[in-house]
Amino acid sequence: MSAQPPSTGTPAGPDRGRLLLAVLLGGGFLALVLLLAWGVSQSDRPDRESLPSPLIGRPAPEFSLPVLHDASYSVGTAELQGQPYLLNVWGSWCPGCQVEHPVLARYAETKAIRVVGYNWKDEPEDALRWLEQFGNPYWVVVADYEGGTAIEWGIYGAPETFLVDAEGIVRWKHVGPLSDDIIDTVVAPMVEGMRTGG
Amino acid sequence: MNPTRRRRLWFVLAVVAAAALVAVLVAAALQRNVAYLFTPAEVLDGRAGADVASGETRFRLGGMVAKNSFERPPGSMEARFLVTDGDALMPVVYSGILPDLFREDQSVVATGRMRADGTFVADDVLAKHDETYVPKEVADKMGLAHEKHNVDVPAPQPEGGL
Amino acid sequence: MLPEIGQAALLLALVFAVLQGFAGLAGAARGREDLAAVTRTAALAQFVLVLVAYVLLTLAFVVQDFSVMYVTDNSNSLLPLIYRYTAVWGAHEGSLLLWALMLAVWNAAVAVLSGRIPWSFRARALGVIGLVAVGFLSFMVFTSNPFERLLPAALEGHDLNPLLQDPGMIIHPPLLYIGYIGFVVPFAFAIAALLEGAIDARWLRWSRPWTNVAWGFLTLGIAMGSWWAYYELGWGGWWFWDPVENASFMPWLAGAALIHSQAVTEKRGSFNSWTMLLAIAAFSLSLLGAFLVRSGVLTSVHSFAADPARGLFILAFLGVVIGGALLVYVLRAPRLAQGKPFAAWSRETLLLVNNLLLASACAMVLLGTLYPLIADALDLGKVSVGPPYFGTLFLVLMAPLVFLVPFGPLTRWQQEQGSKPLAMLAPWLGLAVLLGLLAWFKAPQGALKTGFGVAGAAWVALGTLRFVWTRLRAKGRSFTPEMFGMVLGHLGIAVFVTGAMLVEAQNVLREVPMVPGETQEIGRYAFRFDGVERVPGPNYMADRGHVQVFRDDRPLVLLHPEKRAYASGGQVMTDAGIHAGVRADIFVALGEPLGGDAWAVRLHIKPFVRWIWAGALLMALGGFITAADRRFRLPLKEAR
Repeated sequence: MSAQPPSTGTPAGPDRGRLLLAVLLGGGFLALVLLLAWGVSQSDRPDRESLPSPLIGRPAPEFSLPVLHDASYSVGTAELQGQPYLLNVWGSWCPGCQVEHPVLARYAETKAIRVVGYNWKDEPEDALRWLEQFGNPYWVVVADYEGGTAIEWGIYGAPETFLVDAEGIVRWKHVGPLSDDIIDTVVAPMVEGMRTGG
Repeated sequence: MNPTRRRRLWFVLAVVAAAALVAVLVAAALQRNVAYLFTPAEVLDGRAGADVASGETRFRLGGMVAKNSFERPPGSMEARFLVTDGDALMPVVYSGILPDLFREDQSVVATGRMRADGTFVADDVLAKHDETYVPKEVADKMGLAHEKHNVDVPAPQPEGGL
Repeated sequence: MLPEIGQAALLLALVFAVLQGFAGLAGAARGREDLAAVTRTAALAQFVLVLVAYVLLTLAFVVQDFSVMYVTDNSNSLLPLIYRYTAVWGAHEGSLLLWALMLAVWNAAVAVLSGRIPWSFRARALGVIGLVAVGFLSFMVFTSNPFERLLPAALEGHDLNPLLQDPGMIIHPPLLYIGYIGFVVPFAFAIAALLEGAIDARWLRWSRPWTNVAWGFLTLGIAMGSWWAYYELGWGGWWFWDPVENASFMPWLAGAALIHSQAVTEKRGSFNSWTMLLAIAAFSLSLLGAFLVRSGVLTSVHSFAADPARGLFILAFLGVVIGGALLVYVLRAPRLAQGKPFAAWSRETLLLVNNLLLASACAMVLLGTLYPLIADALDLGKVSVGPPYFGTLFLVLMAPLVFLVPFGPLTRWQQEQGSKPLAMLAPWLGLAVLLGLLAWFKAPQGALKTGFGVAGAAWVALGTLRFVWTRLRAKGRSFTPEMFGMVLGHLGIAVFVTGAMLVEAQNVLREVPMVPGETQEIGRYAFRFDGVERVPGPNYMADRGHVQVFRDDRPLVLLHPEKRAYASGGQVMTDAGIHAGVRADIFVALGEPLGGDAWAVRLHIKPFVRWIWAGALLMALGGFITAADRRFRLPLKEAR
C-alpha cells in the first residue's frame, strides 16, 4: 500500500501479486459454481431431505389388503409373488399424484410390468371417482384405509413408488411424483434387467 | 531491508497470523456446531456412532411420528411420541411447545441427545411439509382435496383390473 | 387479454435491455456518443414497460383473475384486498417481476440523474446494467412467466400462505429488493471504470451516493425482515441465521465494507483493488442470494419452490456476471492508479482493518451457509450448522471492529501520532469500561454479555460524540452531511449493540401449561391466563387468548395472543400478543391446547429488543444522509 512506481513498465512484483490474486479469485469462484451446480442437480429430488429407505434389498413387508373395486377380494404379497411389480402409493387428496398420473399411465400401457395401485387413507368413493375422472392405469388397486400397512413400508407421504422384483425383494423406491425422465432412465432399464436376468 | 519493506513485511505477517487464527476459530466453531441427521435405525444399530448413542453428542433425529404413539398428560407440557423410519422405533420426549405443523404420520426432525434409558430428549422439534409430496392429514388441512381444477388428462383405458 | 399484454410488455422490455447493453458498451468503445445516447431512451422504455407488466399482474390479483396460474396459486376469493396487492410478490414469478421492476427503477434513475458524468463512462455503466437486465428479463420470459394462463380457469384459488398475510409483508420485500438490486449501480460503475481505464479515482464521487442509498435500503429491508419474523413467527426470535437471512446479510456486510472503502479511494486514491472487488462482491452476493432462495439448493422456511431448470439458469447468469466482472478486473486492474502512501498509524490502516474484518465476517457466513451443501457433496452426511457457529464467530470478528470505530474519525489520513487520538479518547474508554462493569454487577443474568455489550455500545457512542465535539469546536471547519451521516451510522451501531447484546443476555423465556385463572411470575412481571375463546376472522377461525400482564403488582396491559386456522389453506398460525416498550417487550404466544381448559403458553420478556431495529434505522438514515452530500454531485471538473 506504499507508493508504487507507475505501472507503465511492468515490474515483476505487483503483476505477480495480481496474477496470484486472479488465480485465487478464479479458482475460488469456479469451486463455488461447481458446488452450486451440484446442489442444483440434487435439488429436484424431493427425497433429498428425507432419509434413505432401509427396505432396499430386503423382502417387501408382507401384506394383504382389500381390493378397492371389490372389498370381498384381497390381494397381497402372496398373490403378487412370482413376477415383478411397481407399487404406486396414491390418494385422491394428493396433488402430486395428479401430476404423475399421465406419466404412470403411459408407462403402464407398455405392459412392461404390473403397476399396482396402493390407495392410501382415502375414502373409497373419492378414490373411485378419481380413477373415473383421470383413468385407471393400475393392474389392481388395493386400499389401505387405516394406513397400518403403510407404516411397515415406511410410507409417509404420497406419491411414493416402489419397485419389487419377482422374489419379493424391494429394489427401488422413489419419493415424489414420477417423471418421464425417471421412468426412461431408471425404472424401465431396471425392469428390463429383471425380465432378462430373472 | 529498508524500513518500508520491513513495515510491509510486518503487516503481511500480522494479516497472515490473524487469518490463521480466524481459520482455526472457524474450524473449531464449525465442528462444535455441526449437527448430523440420523434415523432411529442408524442410532440403534450403531451406525450413528458411539458418542451419539451414548448421549454425548447432540444430533438430529429424523423420521416420521408413529401413529398412535403421541401422548401428553392433560395439562402437562411433557410430550412423548415415537419416531419411526419404517424400520426401527425411537421414543422421544419433549417439553416445549410443539410446532404448528406437528402431527402423527408426518415427517419430523428433532434436535437433542440420547438419554441413558434409550429415550431421545429433544430440545427442538421441526415438522415439514411440501405441496407435491404430502401425508394425507396435511393435505386435508391444506384443503388440497377440494381443488376444482378441471385438468384435461387423456384417460387411458383401464388395464385389465379385476 | 391483459395478461397477454403484460407478457408482451416484458418481452419488449427485454428487447430494450438488449439494446441498452449493446448501445452502451459498443457506443462507448467506438466513441459513438450518438449510439450511446440510446441508452437513456432504452432505460426509460424499460421502466415504463416493466411497470406496465407489474401493474397488470397486480390488477389480475385485485380482480381475482383465476385464469392466470400465478394468481390461482397465490390467492383466494377470501383474501382481503390489501393482501392481494402483496400476494403479487408472494412466490417466485411475482417476486422476480418485483426484482425486474426495481432494476428498471434504478436503471432509469441512473440514466436520468447522471447528466454530469462524462458520456462514455455513463454509457458503459448503463451498458452493464442493461446486460444485467437482459439476464433477469430473459429469466422471466423464458422460464418464469408470471402471466401464464390456466385454462379452463379455476373456480377458486389456493390461499396465500398466512404467514405472508401481514402488514410487514407489504414493506419488507420491496425495501429489501431495492437494496439488493441497488448494488448493481456501484457494480456497473466499477466495471465502467475498469473499462475506461480510469486514471484517477474521482469517479467514485458519483458512485458513493448510489452505494450509500442502496446500502441504506438494504439495511431497512433486513431490519424489517427481522422485526417481521419477531412478531409474526411466534417464537420471539429476531435473527435465526437462516440461509435466506444470511443471503441478505452477506451483501450487507460487503456493502458496509464498500461504503468505507469507497471513501478511502475517493479521497486518497488508495484501496482501488479493494473497492473494485467489494463492488463486484456486493452485487455478486445479491445475485447469489437470489439464487439460493429460488434454486432449491438450500432448504429454508423462506425458500420458494425448487425447480432445477430455474436453478441452472440463475447459476449460469451468476457465472456470466461474476465471471465476466472478475475477468475485466484481472485484465484491467493493473492500469489503475495507485494511491498516496500512508503510515502504519493512519485512518487508511484503520479502514483497511475494517475492510478485512467485514470481509472475513462475510466469508464466514458464506462458509456456514454453504457448509451443509459441501458436506452433502463430499458425502460427509446430512448436516446442519447451528446458530452458535455464526453467532460466536460474528462476535469474535466484530469485537475488534467495535473497538476501533471511535478511532477512525479522530485519526488523520496518511499519518497520525498514535498518542493523539488515544489521548482524546482514553477518558471515554475509561467511562465506557466503568459503565460496563456497573452493568456486569447489576445484571440479574448473562453478566458477561451484558457487561461487554454496555461497554462496547457506550464506547462507540461516547467516542463518536467526542468526534462531534472536536469537530464543532474546530474553527473554520464545517460539519458536512457526510460526517453527519457517519455519526448517525456509528451511533446506530451503538444502539444496535445495546439491543442485541442485552436482549440475548437478559431475555427470559418460559413455556408452561396454564389453566384459566393461573398466574405465572417472571421477575417484576406477572401473567394471569384468563382462558381462550373462539373468534372468527375474515378468512380464518381463531382461538383468542386473554392474558393480563402486571408489573410490580399493577395492571400493565391485556394481551390477546391468537392461534389462527386459515379457511382455504388449512394452515395454523400463531399470532403473538406483544406489548412494546423502550426498555423491554413483553411477548406472549399460545402453544397448543393441553386438554381440559389448559393451554401451553409461551411467556417472553425481551429487554431492549426494539433497540436492535432502532439502531438499524439510524444506520440506514446515516447512509441516506451521506448520500445527500452535495459534494458528490459536483461535476468532475470542479476542484474538490
